[in-house]
This record gives sequence, C-alpha cells and structure tokens, in this order.
Amino acid sequence: MKKTFKYNSTRNGCGDALLELGKINQDVVVLTADLTESTRVNKFAKDFPDRFFNCGVAEQNMMSIAAGLAVENKIPFISSYAVFSPGRNWDQLRVNVCYNNANVKIAGHHTGLTVGADGATHQALEDIAIVKVLPNICVLSPLDYHEAYQATIAAANFNGPVYLRFTREESPIVTSQTKAFQIGQAHILKSGRDITLIGTGPILVNGLIAAYEVEKQGISVEVINLSTIKPLDQAAILKSIRKTKKVITLEEHQIAGGLGGSICELLSEQHPVHVTRLGIDDTFGESGSPQELIKKYHLDSRSIYQQIIKTINYQIC
Amino acid sequence: MNKEIKKLTKIAQNIRIDIIKMLHKAGSGHTAGSLGMTDIFVSLYFNILNHKPKLPTWPHRDRVVLSNGHICPALYATLAHSGYFPCKKLMTLRQLGSPLQGHPHRLSLPGIENTSGPLGQGLSQACGIALAAKLNHQNHRIYCLTSDGEHNEGQTWEAIMFASKYKLNNLTQIIDRNNIQIDGHTENVMSLEPLREKYKAFNWHVIDIDGHNFQNIIDACNLSKTIYEKPTLIIAHTIPGKGVDFMENNPSWHGRSPNPTETKLAIKQISVS
Repeated sequence: MKKTFKYNSTRNGCGDALLELGKINQDVVVLTADLTESTRVNKFAKDFPDRFFNCGVAEQNMMSIAAGLAVENKIPFISSYAVFSPGRNWDQLRVNVCYNNANVKIAGHHTGLTVGADGATHQALEDIAIVKVLPNICVLSPLDYHEAYQATIAAANFNGPVYLRFTREESPIVTSQTKAFQIGQAHILKSGRDITLIGTGPILVNGLIAAYEVEKQGISVEVINLSTIKPLDQAAILKSIRKTKKVITLEEHQIAGGLGGSICELLSEQHPVHVTRLGIDDTFGESGSPQELIKKYHLDSRSIYQQIIKTINYQIC
Repeated sequence: MNKEIKKLTKIAQNIRIDIIKMLHKAGSGHTAGSLGMTDIFVSLYFNILNHKPKLPTWPHRDRVVLSNGHICPALYATLAHSGYFPCKKLMTLRQLGSPLQGHPHRLSLPGIENTSGPLGQGLSQACGIALAAKLNHQNHRIYCLTSDGEHNEGQTWEAIMFASKYKLNNLTQIIDRNNIQIDGHTENVMSLEPLREKYKAFNWHVIDIDGHNFQNIIDACNLSKTIYEKPTLIIAHTIPGKGVDFMENNPSWHGRSPNPTETKLAIKQISVS
C-alpha cells in the first residue's frame, strides 16, 4: 500500500453534503446548538438562512424541536458534538425521536480520541453504545470524507431516525467519490483468508495499513469497513469469519457496547470464535495530540500489526 | 348561561364521568390533573379548534401538543367524545394491546400529535411544529398544554427562549397552574412564582384565567390569535381533581386511581354538579 493519500475530514464530508441537500431538497432543515462552524453547518447556514436554526447551547430543546419538525414532514439534521448530542439529550432521542419513529438525523461530531487537546470531556467514546441500543434508529460511522458525504445524502433519503458519527481531524481518503452509500451494507476493503479485521471510522485506515504490512509476513488479512453499525450486515460478517475463523475489531470507541460488542453478540450466537477487540477499554481519554493519543491507546498501525500476529497465534485452551 | 356554555358544561360532565370510569377500570393512572384540565380540553376540541375528527391528519388542522402526558385520560376521553375513535375504546386504557397507552404514543391513536411522558419535552416539540407551519406558510395554530410541575425542567426554559427568539406567534401555551406535583405543592417542591413576570421577562404575552370558566378559556385563546411578534402563555388557574370534593386540591390524587367506593361517590358528585 504505497500510494499517497489525499486528506480531508469526515465532518467536512457532512458539511458539504448538507450544502448539496439544501439545494436539492427543500424539506431539509439544519439545527445547531451554538456550534455552526466547528460542525461545518456554516455553508448550509450561509446559503439557506431560512432553513437554519441556531438553538443556542440547548441540546435537549434542539432534539425535541427536530422531532416536532419531523412529524410535520421536514427532514431535520441536528448538529453538535456527540458528547452533548446524543450525550445530553438521550431521553429526547429515545422518546421524541425513536419511539415516535420521527425522521430526525443526528450528526454527532468530534467523536473518538482524535479530538485531541480538548481532553476526555469532549472525546465521545460512548455514543455508539447509547444510540444503538434504541429501537428504530440506524447508526452510521463513515470511514472517510467521501463516505461521510455519501452517508449524509443516504441518511436524508432514508425515512427514519439516523445517527451519523463524525470526526474532527483530517484523515486519509480511501473510498470512491461516486459510490452511493447503502445503509446496512459492509464493504470489503481488502480480501484475505487468514483473519478478518472489522473496523469503523477513520481509525480503520491504520488497520488497513497494518493489514498490508503483515502480508509481508505471509499473513492474509480480510479488512471489512463496517460503516453501518446498525443494522448490522450479519451475512457479510459471518461469510468472512466462516472463512478466516479469526477476528479483530477496531474502533475509536469503548469496546464494550461499541462495534466490538456488536460483533461479539453476533458471533456468540451464530459462529463462536475468539474475538480480539481493539478500541478503548473502560477508560476515559485525555489531552494530547491525536497522534500521541492513538499511539498511547494502541490504535496506531504498528500496534494493530502486533495484535494481528498475536491473534493469529492465539490458541483456545 | 348561554347555549354554548351550557353545551360545553354538559360535555365536560360526561367526560369527567368517563375519566373516573376509565381510571377505575385501569386500576392506575393520574386522576387529579385529568379532572383539572377537562374544561380546557373541552373548550379546545368543542369550540376553539379548527379540526376534522374524521380526518385526523388534515394538514390545516390546529395542533394540540400535550406535554404532561400523564393526564392523557382527559385527552383520550375528549378525542373519543369529539369523534376521533369510538367511546367504547376508552375502557381499554392501560390494557395490553390497547391503543390507549399509559402515556400517549403518537403512532398508536388518531388525534395524538406527539408522544409524551417524560416531562419538559412538549413545548420544544410544539416549537418544532410551529416552526414547520411558518416554513410552510400555513395558518393553523399550535396549542401546547403543559403542567406547572414540569417547569422544574430546564428544557422547558430552553423552549421558552426559543419560541420568543423565533417569534412563534402561532403558538399558544396553556399551563395547568394547579399548584401540585407528585411530592406536594409546587411552591414547596420548587417554587415557580412569580411565574407571570418570568414569562414576561422572556418576552411572552401572558394572560391569566380561571381554567374552569369556559368563556374565559375561549376569550383567552381568541385573544392569543391577535398577538403578533410573540408567543402567548395562558396561565390557567385550575383545581386538581375538579368536581369531586375529596380529590380537589389533594396532592395524593396526583397519581392514583379511584377504588369502587370512591368511583361511585365521584360519579355521583359529578352527575349532580
């Protein structure tokens, strides 16, 4: 994997898609809780001021207002940091949006450790867990800029609640600009036969790099991009694991309740195998540069490389 | 008493009797608030609202958003008496398989505009519905019914600010100022006064009324239609448990239902009032 990547952030993918949606769909409205620029809804706000509502620092109100707009056939996107939304307005998400099956799209920004210097308070590491447990909602976690753009478009076209998870940092672009996002579909980024690596979000690029590196040792890794956490593409996951019989999960999120949790729940019932879960293990984050944090919490490509070797050699006693 | 008021009084009497019967049959539920808000519900559905009970999703209907969902027996009974669904369904309240859920669910029953239960969320939803009407250039009104107790919730005040910022003059909030909540009297649990001045400071138009005087209720709602540039709050002073002497103003009737003896006595009192 020698090519040089282009970089952009998934939050920019969301912001650019919202601008496009503003042009093509009159029903799309955008709300924010005093985070217009950093959640990248500023472009939409500039071009469509009549369909943009700043709720102030009031995430609970924002979620319920969106539910009211949705029952009147608008398609509201609400935009804030994930630690606040769905972090602070989970009850409103549960009752007004999910139980109501209201067509609200929740854009959760600044997820994962790579928020960096702001520290643990602002690093959402639990958002997948608290959202995926709710009935009626889809959980999307795009891999890169293009996928974030396409996932945002797909969310608008989907009738029902959708949670979209975005990151702050610019990250490598590995998907195609033109590929439409199919909610509920896993994608094989690299075929392999010895072990399956399932990941979500930009951190998966580190897994992809590790997969190509470890191939030099004769280990063939199948890499799956699971950008829809819910509904889970059970068929694609089981097909791969029936072939490789070994699995590693990778996420910038708590492994309990996150992608790792979902995979364990599926496999324990359908195809029990050993699962190595890489992510955050029951701890909060901290301040630091994104690169320092990724290294400290063993989510860099070198650490993943070592975990692939370890898992390949793992024997169930 | 003019003919219209006489009509509304009679309907309210019948609805109160049904509320008592429903709650008795269900064996649980919220009696005091349901009886206290009956006159408001009757005024809305039988006089004020522009609506078509046989066409519950008619786009131009006025919307009623109930925020304190636990008083839904009054809403359910009023909807049934208005013709949204057969009155016989009322006696299925809180039973397995009934569309009359313990707290209202929008997708279960015609005429329910919002799902509610957790307090403090209805005014925000009403703001969203009012905003959508503005975006669509529609002229219907949104009536949001709230409780005084749920003004303890911070979200209510977030919505109060929002409605004022976006000049939601198509929104009329009617607060059930009955001065009780689960743990006792509102001013002891978490004082709200001076409520009128608080709302005025948040740039709402405020009207105080007797929440059991039909003419007062109708006049206040009509007046709210003439207020431009701001949303309107109607502070409806009500008596929790209205119509039954041993329930009136007694916080213990907030969250319980009547036993057979109490049911009999309550129906007797309402019938002769």
